[in-house]
Amino acid sequence: MRSFKIALAGLMAASVGVAHAQVTPPAQDDQSGGLVVDVEGGMSAPLPILIPAMPTSAVASTPAGSTDELGRKLAQIVDDDLRNTGLFKTAGPGATRGIAYSEVAQPNYAGWSGGQALVQGYVRANGNGTLTIGCYLYDLAAQTELVRQGFVVSPGDWRRAGHKCADSIYARLTGEGPYFDSQIVYVAETGPKGKRRKQIAIMDQDGANHRFLTNGQNIVLTPRMSPKQNAIVYMSYENRRPSIWIYDMSARTNRRLVDNVSQNFAPHFSPDGRSILFSMSVAGNTDIYRIGTSGGQPQRLTNVPGIDTGGSYSPDGSKIVFESDRGGTQQLYVMNADGSNQKRISFGGGRYATPVWSPRGDLIAFTRTGGGAFRIGVMNSSGGGEKLLTSAWGDEAPSWSPNGRVLMFFRAAQGSGRPDLWSVDLTGVNARKIPTPLDGSDPSWGPIRP
Amino acid sequence: MSKMTTSLVLGLALVATAGCAKKRPPELPPTPTEIAPPSDGSSGESSDTLAGRLNEQFKREVTSDTVHFALDQYDIDSEARSILGSQASWLVAHPETRITLEGHADERGTREYNLGLGDRRANAAKNYLAARGVSATRITTISYGKERPLALGSDEGSWAQNRRAVTIVIN
Repeated sequence: MRSFKIALAGLMAASVGVAHAQVTPPAQDDQSGGLVVDVEGGMSAPLPILIPAMPTSAVASTPAGSTDELGRKLAQIVDDDLRNTGLFKTAGPGATRGIAYSEVAQPNYAGWSGGQALVQGYVRANGNGTLTIGCYLYDLAAQTELVRQGFVVSPGDWRRAGHKCADSIYARLTGEGPYFDSQIVYVAETGPKGKRRKQIAIMDQDGANHRFLTNGQNIVLTPRMSPKQNAIVYMSYENRRPSIWIYDMSARTNRRLVDNVSQNFAPHFSPDGRSILFSMSVAGNTDIYRIGTSGGQPQRLTNVPGIDTGGSYSPDGSKIVFESDRGGTQQLYVMNADGSNQKRISFGGGRYATPVWSPRGDLIAFTRTGGGAFRIGVMNSSGGGEKLLTSAWGDEAPSWSPNGRVLMFFRAAQGSGRPDLWSVDLTGVNARKIPTPLDGSDPSWGPIRP
Repeated sequence: MSKMTTSLVLGLALVATAGCAKKRPPELPPTPTEIAPPSDGSSGESSDTLAGRLNEQFKREVTSDTVHFALDQYDIDSEARSILGSQASWLVAHPETRITLEGHADERGTREYNLGLGDRRANAAKNYLAARGVSATRITTISYGKERPLALGSDEGSWAQNRRAVTIVIN
């Protein structure tokens, strides 16, 4: 109990966003026999993990609910996040016994069965109105502690602490980067097929905290979140002038970014968040341009006749992948960020569209159409190594998770055309529908939150 | 205009009640300028405005307001030439009018590509009209990609109807 208190002493200082206090656990990584989850093959044998409700030091009521209720809900968030990866077989707060507060940092290793790993945590209401959530991961066979983390949040951000906890566990066990504490911006849709009503909406990665950002008066398409998470860029038909708008997330204001009589669309942020790639159609010819987020004169990057669109930067900002039908049908091309050295990288049958560069840099995800199907696939960033991950009538527009392990896309139904958001693991398994209040399309997965 | 205002108010009321969260959805502020016209396309003005009545007259007096295209194509075939020819004659005879050409694509292309394809189709029709004597300054184009299908099925017949350019008299 003594070390427990010492470990947490450092957590009390900050209270903005999710304050992240990390106590480095004993190094385990180099030891053979440590608990490891294999992201490539792990779904055939998910790791059994126990996640009891998180106890509270003292029951207190907070704007987010009482601390003992929160402890149960937080464990459920960790349960859901881990289970949804397909890599874990979870026993959450409904399937495990309750634990005492004193047990959190001193697990009863021998008293648990049915799991190889154990997540314990606690909730505490602090005097200044914040909450502290502790998060511990134990290897039940080796009887060792693998993760010890604490998060200080305002009550309104309580769910984020659960995602941060799950991220810590996922990262520790898989060696992959985190992705649960992130947001999705997408187009919420409703109405008849010939006249869909579309609104930009934003939600947490798990569908919580959903809200609409536009009112549905204008057609809006292809929202994309800034890597700095301070803006969303999208296309709107406002005043019947289809063009790119940018929404400032803190000021909650929006403005037309590209002020041109020519239709402009397909915006994508640069990795540093300071400029935007987009497409503009002039007299029937569509090229790719770049513009600063504060506006100004766009710089033209392509000039071959054809429809050049869907530009997406490599994570280091040095290259751009895009689609073009300059050779007859839509194919993928890579060029330098200044537009030089344009080279085709897709050579399979059918058409290739909507390329997006992986945040790790090694892969490009795309939509491949042909043979009556729209499918999501990936290939090496230099071309080759193609792998198709889905097969459906209408899968389109992949977006990478912040760690480059999962792709979100939309799946339109044949006939009704109604789309839903789906995600699929990079291995092509664990395809999963993401619940949204209305239909959903054009997802853009934002970065991991600070 | 009063009709437009009513629908706008209704739209805002919908937004106000749509969210179930405690906080109201912080929707983007409305346009600071005048009320935006309905931007959902494919219909043009309603028939009780001057432009709407002109467009109704145009539709009655030309072969068709719509030309169609082959899959992923934007060339003007003989049927389209005949239709656009009748439109050009009408427009030359009504030099005070202006038009919007809407380009559309079927659902079997990706969204962003189809915006480019719809633009190609609208411009192909525009260029044909211009070559037949209609001043290009009277013509604006807009692409709706696959956002506003006319036929609602997922079959070849519906897709053929949706690959289109529609001429709308706007004043």
